Amino acid sequence: MTGGFGRILRMLSATVLGAIVAAGLLADLIAPWPYERQFREFTNAPPSSQFPLGTDDLGRDRFSRLLHGTRISLLLAVVAAVLATAAAAIIGGLAGYYGGRWDRVVTDGTDLMLSLPWLFVLLTVRAMLPLDVAPAASVAITFALLGLLDWAGPARIVRTGVRETLDSAFVLAARSRGLARPRILLYHVLPHLVPVLTAQFWISIPIFILAEANLGMLGLGVTEPLPSWGGLLRELESQSTAILSLSVPLWLLAPVGVLLAVVGCFQILSTTEVTS
Amino acid sequence: MKKFLGPCLLLPALLLALGPQKPGGELRLALQAEPRTLDPHLAADEPSDLIRYLTSGVLIRLNRRTQRLEPELATSWKLSDGGRKLAIRLREGVKFSDGSPFTSQDVVHTFQRLIDPARNSPVGDGFRPGSGHLACQAQGDYAVSIEFPEPLVSVEKLLDGVAILSSGSSQPESAVLGPFYLAERKPGVYLRLQRNPNFWKRDDRGTRLPYLDSIRLEIQRNRDFELLRFRRGEFHLINNLDAQAFERLKDESAGGLLDLGVSTDSEQMWFNMTPAAPIPAYKKAWFRSRNFRRAISEAINRNDIVRIVYKGHAAPAAGAVPSSNRFWFNANLKPPAHKPSAALARLAQDGFRLQDGLLKDSAGHDVEFSILTNAGNKSREKMAAMIQQDLKAIGIRVNVAALDFPSLLEKISRSFNYEACLLGLVNVDLDPNLQMNLWLSSSSNHQWNPNQKSPETPWEAEVDRLMRQQASDPDPAQRKEAFDRVQEIVAEEVPFIYLVNRNALAGVSPALENVQPSALWPQTLWNAERMSFSSPLRAGSR
Repeated sequence: MTGGFGRILRMLSATVLGAIVAAGLLADLIAPWPYERQFREFTNAPPSSQFPLGTDDLGRDRFSRLLHGTRISLLLAVVAAVLATAAAAIIGGLAGYYGGRWDRVVTDGTDLMLSLPWLFVLLTVRAMLPLDVAPAASVAITFALLGLLDWAGPARIVRTGVRETLDSAFVLAARSRGLARPRILLYHVLPHLVPVLTAQFWISIPIFILAEANLGMLGLGVTEPLPSWGGLLRELESQSTAILSLSVPLWLLAPVGVLLAVVGCFQILSTTEVTS
Repeated sequence: MKKFLGPCLLLPALLLALGPQKPGGELRLALQAEPRTLDPHLAADEPSDLIRYLTSGVLIRLNRRTQRLEPELATSWKLSDGGRKLAIRLREGVKFSDGSPFTSQDVVHTFQRLIDPARNSPVGDGFRPGSGHLACQAQGDYAVSIEFPEPLVSVEKLLDGVAILSSGSSQPESAVLGPFYLAERKPGVYLRLQRNPNFWKRDDRGTRLPYLDSIRLEIQRNRDFELLRFRRGEFHLINNLDAQAFERLKDESAGGLLDLGVSTDSEQMWFNMTPAAPIPAYKKAWFRSRNFRRAISEAINRNDIVRIVYKGHAAPAAGAVPSSNRFWFNANLKPPAHKPSAALARLAQDGFRLQDGLLKDSAGHDVEFSILTNAGNKSREKMAAMIQQDLKAIGIRVNVAALDFPSLLEKISRSFNYEACLLGLVNVDLDPNLQMNLWLSSSSNHQWNPNQKSPETPWEAEVDRLMRQQASDPDPAQRKEAFDRVQEIVAEEVPFIYLVNRNALAGVSPALENVQPSALWPQTLWNAERMSFSSPLRAGSR
């Protein structure tokens, strides 16, 4: 994606993403109502000046829930991406650099992690957690788990990157000069991994957003009354026929629109990162 | 010539449609899971039980509409000796599906098989009230007498679940007395039940039942797909619809939707009162307080739950027995009214006080607890969210935890590591004897505090006494009086906070006739032998 069109697209993506992030961050100021407040006399109401995107089954303002859900899903997806990328950098980097037995252990570990049915792992871990955690803590735990469980794929890429870097002439030169291993790793290998790690970071954000949405569809993940994109998308399950017949009210599709916009923008920006 | 061909072809079809009997056609519906067994005496899961119901002959049948017992393979019966002896006269001239005759030897064989300890039949459990053995003896070809070691009340109702098997057949499913027999089975895909040509029942005109040629039960685990196929006309019946799906079908003007009224199922929550539960002592003290439980009950707006979660297809629950259970329902009990101020006053009696919008106990602890429910059940998740807001109004913070079902069961029945739980209770039988395992304090299903060595509270001791009394009293009026008192104690002590009783909702193809749906299981299928299609030409359509 090069040239003028690519630049415009990237700028547009950055603007849209920035606007969505800003709306999420300022949810407390923008949202007309508390996200959990139930207006039980106005359930499933259409958009109005009082409720810009109407209300849900319990009479909660959809617009307020979308803003707060955006904040939760988007920001915690970034945190999960940081966790996953950091874990991948450490594990993959050490495996690639030290090689030998350590490399075999890490390679087998990543194979195991990639073959694990992570959904069941999440279910098991969630069942082991205490029940009386506050909704905010529950959502933090969900994303932390997602982040900690998704390091294997990126770690393998990082490991390969390190192995390739170690074979390069400048690392051989550094070794021949007698530089210490940590110094080689920090000053010669790591800077070469930054593009790979950045790309992994950008790619994993939409993955975590979609993973949370999937968990939400299963009734897990973020707990009531806290909104998240997964929870908001779950409401569309009851609209399957209307969606198929293209008669679904458009305001119900607002979470889908925002999710697509965010994932699309991340894809455009991450492609740029990878290319650069 | 072509001008006459159309009317000539139409005429037979029209005559068929207008005729008095409409035999033929295949009824198609979904099973939510593969039946675990085809042995009718071992059926414990719903799919197996449905196969048993449609293929087996029974001595006495409970009419699901009138809730009265009706003779089937037994023409008459008499209970004597204080409920210890049952004499049954059998119907003559009845044949099994394989053509062999039905005699008293088959009934004796059935009961011997049923109470065989090696078989461990869940149906047979009901015939073992205590120590000793049941004795079933043939009195000639068409009479049997059954003697029980202890008085067994409501034994006639238990007979509704006992499939009579052929003494000459080693495979229970190969010779049956019900309206259909199992003709074909493709595991994981479908089961096809074929019309039993020897079924003994006839209609008023003397036509042998059933009218339908076959019933095809397709294994369809996903309820959304089941709904879609019902919409397309690929299924003719759909039971246990949830309120949202029912309303959606109504919005689409899909015909044949039936609200059968309040079912026998209830939705309820309870607090963990198990002494060994790994929860803080001050929380255990709240949960063991009757005032606390009653206050929570009064703070919940049941009418809103009915209106919003169930779209009006439910009723606020008054107690342990829903109004659909006509005989055992205690009409003196009313659903608790939504009174947050009364709830606060009741809590104040126990030293709770509101401070900055938060409720605190006498020791200053914030009142906060978690409600556990099963993940994926949208109605319960919505109910939990509504309870959350209702209790927030009296300063109580509630955390909702949705877990997958196996994890939930582990918490409520093994580790007891939970504070409150929101679940439903499915009552497949009207008689309180089948709820003994719920009410007896020694039972493992006494959810709020199971496996008690001796009753820990005077009211639980009284419930134990009354339940045992009603279980051994042959007089229905005395039994009713005892069980009414149990319901009153439960309403006073609130070990279960009963929320709503769901309505039984079903969809029936307009092409089907003689459907007499009932709120009791198996709802639309209970008189399957009398169902027919209005016209064979329409049998494939909705």
